[in-house]
This record gives sequence, structure tokens and C-alpha cells, in this order.
Amino acid sequence: MATIVAEATGQAILHEEHEQSFLRKYIFSTDHKVIAIQFLIYTLFFLMIGGLLAMLMRYQIAWPARGELPLGGIFPETMVASGYILPEFYNALVTMHGSVMVFLAIMPMLVGVWANYLIPLQLGTHDMAFPRLNMLSFWAMVPAGILTLASFFVLGGAAGAGWTLYAPLSARPDLTGVGLGQILWLVALVFIGLSSILGSVNYITTTINMRAPGMTWMRMPLTIWSLFITAILALLAMPVLSAAGIMLIFDQTIGTSFFLPEGGGQPLLWQHLFWFFGHPEVYILILPAMGFTSEILSVGSRKPVFGYKAMVLALVSIAFLGFIVWGHHMFQSGMNPTLGLAFTVSTLFIAVPSAIKTFNWMGTMWRGNLQLHSAMLFAIGFVAMFAIGGLSGVFMASTPVDIYIHDTYFIVAHIHYVLFGGSLFALFGAIYFWYPKMFGRLMNETMGKIHFWLTFVFFNLVFFPMHGVGMVGMMRRIYDSTGYAHLQGIEDTNALITWAAFGLFASGFLFAFNFFWSLKKGKKAGANPWNATTLEWQTPSPPKHGNWEEVPVVYHGPHEYSHPDVEDKDWLAQNERPDVVSPAAGSH
Amino acid sequence: MDWALPPNYSTFGVVIDQLFWIILVITGIAFLLVEGGILWFCIKYRGREGARAHYTHGSNKVEIIWTVIPAIIIAILGVYSAAVWQDIKGASNRPADALEFLVVGKQFEWNITYPGMDRTLGTADDFTVLNQFHFPVNEDITILLESEDVIHSFFIPELRVKQDAVPGMTIPVWFDATQTGNFEIACAELCGLGHYYMMASVTVHSAADFDAWQASRATETAQ
Ligand code: HEM
Ligand SMILES: [Cu+2]
Ligand SMILES: [Cu+2]
Repeated sequence: MATIVAEATGQAILHEEHEQSFLRKYIFSTDHKVIAIQFLIYTLFFLMIGGLLAMLMRYQIAWPARGELPLGGIFPETMVASGYILPEFYNALVTMHGSVMVFLAIMPMLVGVWANYLIPLQLGTHDMAFPRLNMLSFWAMVPAGILTLASFFVLGGAAGAGWTLYAPLSARPDLTGVGLGQILWLVALVFIGLSSILGSVNYITTTINMRAPGMTWMRMPLTIWSLFITAILALLAMPVLSAAGIMLIFDQTIGTSFFLPEGGGQPLLWQHLFWFFGHPEVYILILPAMGFTSEILSVGSRKPVFGYKAMVLALVSIAFLGFIVWGHHMFQSGMNPTLGLAFTVSTLFIAVPSAIKTFNWMGTMWRGNLQLHSAMLFAIGFVAMFAIGGLSGVFMASTPVDIYIHDTYFIVAHIHYVLFGGSLFALFGAIYFWYPKMFGRLMNETMGKIHFWLTFVFFNLVFFPMHGVGMVGMMRRIYDSTGYAHLQGIEDTNALITWAAFGLFASGFLFAFNFFWSLKKGKKAGANPWNATTLEWQTPSPPKHGNWEEVPVVYHGPHEYSHPDVEDKDWLAQNERPDVVSPAAGSH
Repeated sequence: MDWALPPNYSTFGVVIDQLFWIILVITGIAFLLVEGGILWFCIKYRGREGARAHYTHGSNKVEIIWTVIPAIIIAILGVYSAAVWQDIKGASNRPADALEFLVVGKQFEWNITYPGMDRTLGTADDFTVLNQFHFPVNEDITILLESEDVIHSFFIPELRVKQDAVPGMTIPVWFDATQTGNFEIACAELCGLGHYYMMASVTVHSAADFDAWQASRATETAQ
């Protein structure tokens, strides 16, 4: 087992591929690139599951009195009875849609896929610091996925207390009828926490210790910066969630009362613990997306990232502030209102670095030579949609306004502008952009552009009107809004949203088709199809096991496009032409 | 299609709505600048064969400008919001001689305990009514909000009132309705499978009508 010895010492393991069995190469692989692809397939699958759950919800919201759910017969009677989605099943849908999207789709797609794939390649190293921990971080996700899917079919159905799991609702099966389903999801969360912690340790160690010669901190691509900061956030936040989750399991099963007032516990303690994790979590869900966007915008504009240093500083300050704003989720929770004041201040301040980043992205496009391919369209879409999510956040951060809009569809609109218009747009961009490196072929551009425009239009038709129904006062997580006097008159809007949601879901299949079709039929990519400067493009596509024939030496900042001293082309790879002087990124 | 805040019938609602519109204007302008800028750049700088991008790593001057301007706007909004919040919710601003009610949420109903003719809770003439909340107009009202089982949220859209009801806590909430009328309490926090129908009727009476209503209820419950 020469491989294991070599890996254990962290040495290069070039040219050993021929000795690996199929199982070691593709299933229990320790190659960071294979692990990334495993994460990609896994998360795309759960993205589809999460979307499917949303379609069922939208059907119910638009036509609560109709019944006649298409294919309703395939569901057990405990979920759908004679064509009607049952309220308890609706609660499971709301809960598991949010949970699946956040924990099994978006988060592992941002981090599991791209931290794994890009950190060694962009830093110029052979693999992660701890390849076997890395393999474990993928395999810990497998039981999590299985438990999640299984939880729908146990007695009482899947968890139904919201993805925020507010106690006592989440801890009292006697009040919800959901027992085992809730526990299965909590156990899944513990596995997810394990996976994320193992991964983070790896990403942090690799970034600190294994950069190629010449790859100084200020020459790291912004993708790496954002993934590095994200890993630190995850390492600090995930253990809190895991611990809180285990406490919740105890409350439910062995009679403790951490969160139950009857035994002297505190329901608000759960919320503090959850959001102490939860707010850093929302930055875990957006920082990597910001990194990909910076990268793609720079390549696509043929310009260095505008204000690289400001971008790094903004990332660091978001990460820091992210730990002291959790209370803004609890303004109406019964927490001391004076405490609310402190959280308003920290929350408003976190809007500043987000604004800085938006302006710098626009600065990057300014006087560029924009290549509007699919990846670039999604990156620009990210900036445009993230801005809307950021601006709607100002309403909520203003505590008096939050009194009214808290727990309404205004919040649902906000979540989705940030997580779908933000994170998922950037992820689509990242897939179009790095697919050729992963698989050696480009995804089809025509299909890619159609996919972008369909997604962009349907996305806005789904989520922009939600601000409107939120203003009218429609509460979130509600099974049927038609019984309320103040909610008369929004039925048409809700039907529109649902039709657009079907369109949005359907356009995902165009992407899936393109993804699989291009594996065989896509145009051959070559090493560097985008004429990009960072290291991953200076090795064949796909890179061999071990990534490099020879470890690259870095001479330049990460985004040297259109450098005036380079005449024959408009890019300067990080590892070429030591004779050309490029300014330290961020200086002028 | 009707995308607007419902009409406001409370004293606090006036400032809340005002703040909402102020933020809408500010964010609306930012929205137009950002989205317009992006669109304009996409058209103006779209790639041309042989064109070369302008080489720059940024400028400290513009970094400072676009850090300071949003920071100032946000600081002003923050200070103003904090002041309004303190006015509405600050413990020191709890009205001293408000008419008090006890409101207890429980899956999936609102139990409202009335102070009775002596206008004091905890006395013998208190009585409890299920899912009906009556109170007088133009008078400070304080409810003591509790929950028996899980977290619910007391929401009257037209009065711009929302507060979670947390088991194990008694949370005071105060407001002052400016017009008589009929509204609803909605539950705004997921509380189980009946969450969607956890509503109660709200009737805001004139002072005389409220007394009359209480008197009739009191005799009814006494029998
Ligand atoms: C196909 C597109 C999608 C549609 C139509 C959709 C629709 C919905 C709906 C109807 C709700 C429930 C609203 C409520 O009653 O509170 C919801 C909640 C949520 N969604 Fe989505 N969604 C989509 C994609 C996504 C994506 C990509 C994410 C990424 C993270 C996401 C994250 C969430 C979260 C976190 C919640 C809150 C869940 C909760 O409150 O428990 N959704 N969505
Ligand atoms: Cu937050
Ligand atoms: Cu409720």
C-alpha cells in the first residue's frame, strides 16, 4: 500500500494512478478532485429534492381548497389524502425544504465541492493536508442524506418544527405528533456538523501550510480567501449547533429540560444557541459565493479585481461582525428590548462591508472588456440579486419596521434573494466556469445562456412578489392563508408565484441535461479555456492525480488581466514571466 | 393585485409606516443606482474583438467614498430606528395606567382574560373569553402575553403589533388603537399543525360600548 504511506507523509504521489483499484479511485478516494465531484453529484441531487418539496408547498399555497394534487395518489395517506396535502405534511415540507436546501444542498455545494476542488489547485499543491479526513468528510454526509430521506417515512413523518427547530415545538412529540422524524433529522445534523468540522480543519491547515512557493497571502485568489474565512466560521459555529442539537435530542428522549420551561429550562436559550450558529451560517452560505463571483467577474471583465485589499478586509470584517449580530433574528422573541438596540447597531454595520463588496464588483466591470458567457452572466446576476437581498435586509434591521415584517413573506423574499439569487446563482456560475477543469470539456453555451435567462426571469417572478404579499401581512409557514380577512386579495399573486416556481424548477432540468450531455458531447476545453491567470488553469484539464508535474512558482497577484507590459495577450498567469513586474494586488 | 401595507389604526403604526417608507425611498435609490449601473456597464463595456480592458487595481479614494457614504446613511437610520424602537418597546415607556388584559396562547387558540368592571386583573370579576378580543379605542392597552405550550406569536397587522408568546415568560405588550373596527389576531410563529387557523377576532369599541360589552359578558359568565 505505497499510496497510503505516501499520503500519510503528505508527500507527492505522482504517477501512481495505475495502481489504484476502481473502488479506491472513484468511491473511497482520497483525491481532493474526486471528493469534490462526489460532493457535486450529492448536492445536485439534494438541490432537486429540495426543489421538489418547494413545488408541493407552492401548489398548496396557491390552491388550498382545490385538492387534486397531480400524482397525489403516489403519496401515503398520512401525507396526501384524496388529493389534499395535509397540514402536518405541509409543516414537514416547509421544514425539510429549508433544512435540505441549507444543509444538504447549498452549504456542501459551496464548501464541500469548491473548497475541495479549488484550494489545492489554486494554491499550487498536490492535495489537502489530511486526505483521509477529507474522504471522511464526504462519507459523513452519506448517512446524513439517508437519515433525512428516511425520516419522511417513519411514524409521524419528517421533522415539522421549521428549519430553525424552535423549542418547545421541536422537543415535544406530544404536541406535534412528530417524534422519530425529528430525532432522525437531528442525528443527521450531527453528521453534517462532523463533516463540516473535518473539512474545515483540512481547508484551514492546507491554506496556512501548503501554498506554493511565492503564493503569499496577498497573492491568493479571492476564492481562497473566502473559503478560508468560511472554514474558520464553520469551525467555530458548527460545534455550537451540534451541541445544541444533542441537548435537544436529550430534551425529547431522556427527559432533560434545557429548553422546556416545565423543568426550569428556557425556550429562548435554544434561539440564542441556534442563531449564534445560524447567523455565521448565513455568512458561510454567502462568502464562498462572493469569492466565486469576484473571480469570475475578473476573468470575464479581463481586469484585475477592483480593490482586492478592500475585498479581503470586507470579508474579514463580515466574518467578525457575523458573530455579534445573532440577536437580530430575535427582536420579537421576548428578548430584552434594550438588548435589541445593541443588535440593531451591529447589524446595520454589517451592511457596510456588503455594500463595499457590491461597489467593488461594479468597479471590476467598469471599463472592462466583458465576455458575457454563461458563467459571467450568472456572476453578474449574483451581484444584481444579492444587492436586492441586501437592501431588503435594511428593512428588517430597522427594528421598528421588523415588528411588522418579521415572520411574514417579506422575510421569505429576503432569504431567497440572498440564498437563491445570491448563493445559487454564484454556484451555477462556478459550475459553468470550472466544469471544463473538472471534466475536460466545456458545458454547452447556448443551453447555458437559455438556462440563465429562464432562471433569472422566473426567479424574479417567484420571489419579487413575495415582498408584496409580505407587506400585505401574509405570515410565513402558513398552510392556508385564505381564512384571514387581511389576506383577501392576494390569491392571484400567490397563483402567479406558483406558476413561476414551476417554471423555475423546470429550468433546472435544462441545466441538468447540459451537465450530463456535456460530459460526453461538450467541446474539448484544453488547459485554459478562459485565458485565466490563476494556477488551476496552468495544468491540464482534468488535472492528473497529484495535480502538477512540477510544483509551480508564483510571481504575480491572482488577477493580472490586461497588464500593460504584456503585449501578446491580455493575461499574465501567476506562475509565468518573472521578468514582468506586477504591482502587489491592491496597491496603485 | 394589492401589494401594500394594510391601513394602520394604531399610534405606533404611524412611525413604523413612516420609517418603512423612508427606507423604501433610500433603498429604492440605491437599487436604481446599482441595477442601472450594472445594466449600463453590461451594454457599454460588452466585449469587442481586439478591445483591451483598462488596467487598474482600484483606488483608495473611491474605496473611502463608498465606505463612508453608506456608513453615514446607515448610522443615521440606525440612530433613528433605535430611538423609535425605544419609544415603542422600551420598558421605561410602558404606559403607567393602561387597561390590562391577560392573553394566553395555546394550540390553537387565544384565551383572553378581561379585567372586568373594576379595570383590574386578578380580581373576582375577571372573566375569560376564547378567541375574542374586545378593547376600547384611544386608550393605552397592555396585554400580558403568555403561552401554555409552544411559542406562538401575537400579530394584529392593522395595529402593527407583533410579539412572540413564550412558555414560561410573561411579556407585556402595549398599544393604543386610534379607530374602532373589527380586525383579527393572527399567529405568526409556526406552532404545530393548526398554526394556520390560530386566529381570534378583535373588536375595538368606543369606551362606552366597551363598558357595556364587559357588563353584558360579566353577567353572562356569572350565571
Ligand atoms: C425552486 C425554488 C424555490 C422555491 C419555489 C422556494 C419556496 C419556498 C417556500 C414557499 C418557502 C416557505 C415559506 C414559508 O411558509 O415560510 C421557503 C422557505 C425557505 N427556503 Fe425556499 N424555495 C426555493 C429555493 C430555495 C433555495 C435554493 C434555498 C437555498 C438555501 C432555499 C431556502 C429556504 C429557506 C432557508 C427557507 C425557510 C424555511 C423555514 O422557514 O423553515 N429555498 N422556500
Ligand atoms: Cu442573521
Ligand atoms: Cu402559530
